[in-house]
Amino acid sequence: MISGMAGTLESNDTMITVTPAEKMSIEVTSVVDAFYHDQIVKVIYDTLLEQKITNISVTCQDKGALDYTIRARLLTAISRMEEQDD
Amino acid sequence: MIRSMLFIPGNNPAMLQNADIFGADAVILDLEDAVSPQEKDAARALVKAYLESVSHQAIKVYIRINGLDTEFYERDLHSVVSDQIDGIVLPKARVGDIEKLLTILYKIESETHMKKTMGIIPIVESAKSVLEIEKLAALSRIQGMLLGAEDLSADMEFERTKIGTEIDYPRAKLAFACKAYKIDAIDTPFTDTNDVNGLIADCQKALNLGLNAKAAIHPNQIETIHDVFSPSPKRIEWAQRVLLAAKKANEQGLGVFSLDGKMIDKPIIERATKIIDAAKKYRLLPVDHA
Repeated sequence: MISGMAGTLESNDTMITVTPAEKMSIEVTSVVDAFYHDQIVKVIYDTLLEQKITNISVTCQDKGALDYTIRARLLTAISRMEEQDD
Repeated sequence: MIRSMLFIPGNNPAMLQNADIFGADAVILDLEDAVSPQEKDAARALVKAYLESVSHQAIKVYIRINGLDTEFYERDLHSVVSDQIDGIVLPKARVGDIEKLLTILYKIESETHMKKTMGIIPIVESAKSVLEIEKLAALSRIQGMLLGAEDLSADMEFERTKIGTEIDYPRAKLAFACKAYKIDAIDTPFTDTNDVNGLIADCQKALNLGLNAKAAIHPNQIETIHDVFSPSPKRIEWAQRVLLAAKKANEQGLGVFSLDGKMIDKPIIERATKIIDAAKKYRLLPVDHA
């Protein structure tokens, strides 16, 4: 199965896994879930829209990453998935 | 001029997000040795996203790219060269490498309409690089040179010691070349992060040979490096007295005068001026003198 993964489960990082899907789905678990769940989903959603990607499933295991880290890990995971697809 | 450059692993979010609070004069975001080959893409994306999100006013930011003998360096450059950084640190640098890097930088700067001109800090870490130190220092855009003693020791097949006698020659050669071209002479990192006394001695040796800064591999080394490479309170007090006496002598039309029984002339006044300039830069003067 084609997928892409990036990041770690270290503090301040996030591990993101992406797979092709019929529609967009975003699943987030975070150590700061109570406060930042919606913000993390928004960062992922905005990044996907910016990349014009809608047919994707994103799983994010967050360990307190800042927005730019989430964005970077997502872009790397997508790039790794696309490399498998080539 | 700087006193310290702290290496920050490019794929470590926890270190990156604190890069500007460790107190170093400059940071080197590392895409080379601190990042495994399979994580180069992740580090590149993380550093790029970090640079796009965080504004750095107080410190200089450099990126250590992968060497020009690798498959990674072009993607490194196209990802990170931007107005958000001050320059590129090039490992295993030779004169030909710098010329090749300059060509790529000109192209990226032009294509992306950058406002800044990228500086370059070559790492001198091979026997051939040591022989080219003078030529490297004279090249366009070189802002400083960093001695890389660990790789150099591998190339020279000598053992690294804490006393560091084996690197006296490259240290001194690098210091002279940097002084001649008014660029930073940056010493190799001290690799035992738990040995404070060893770090002090190592910094002192580099300072005595004429280097003005040292690379650090751990934030806990910064304070010690700054203590050694900053003008001491005693030197600042001496420099202030020299400049005060020089001002009085000038008012009296005297070119040469004495202070504490020693003759003071132009070179000593210039030295005192440099000490006060450094003290001002690093905010070491009392407020009313700043």
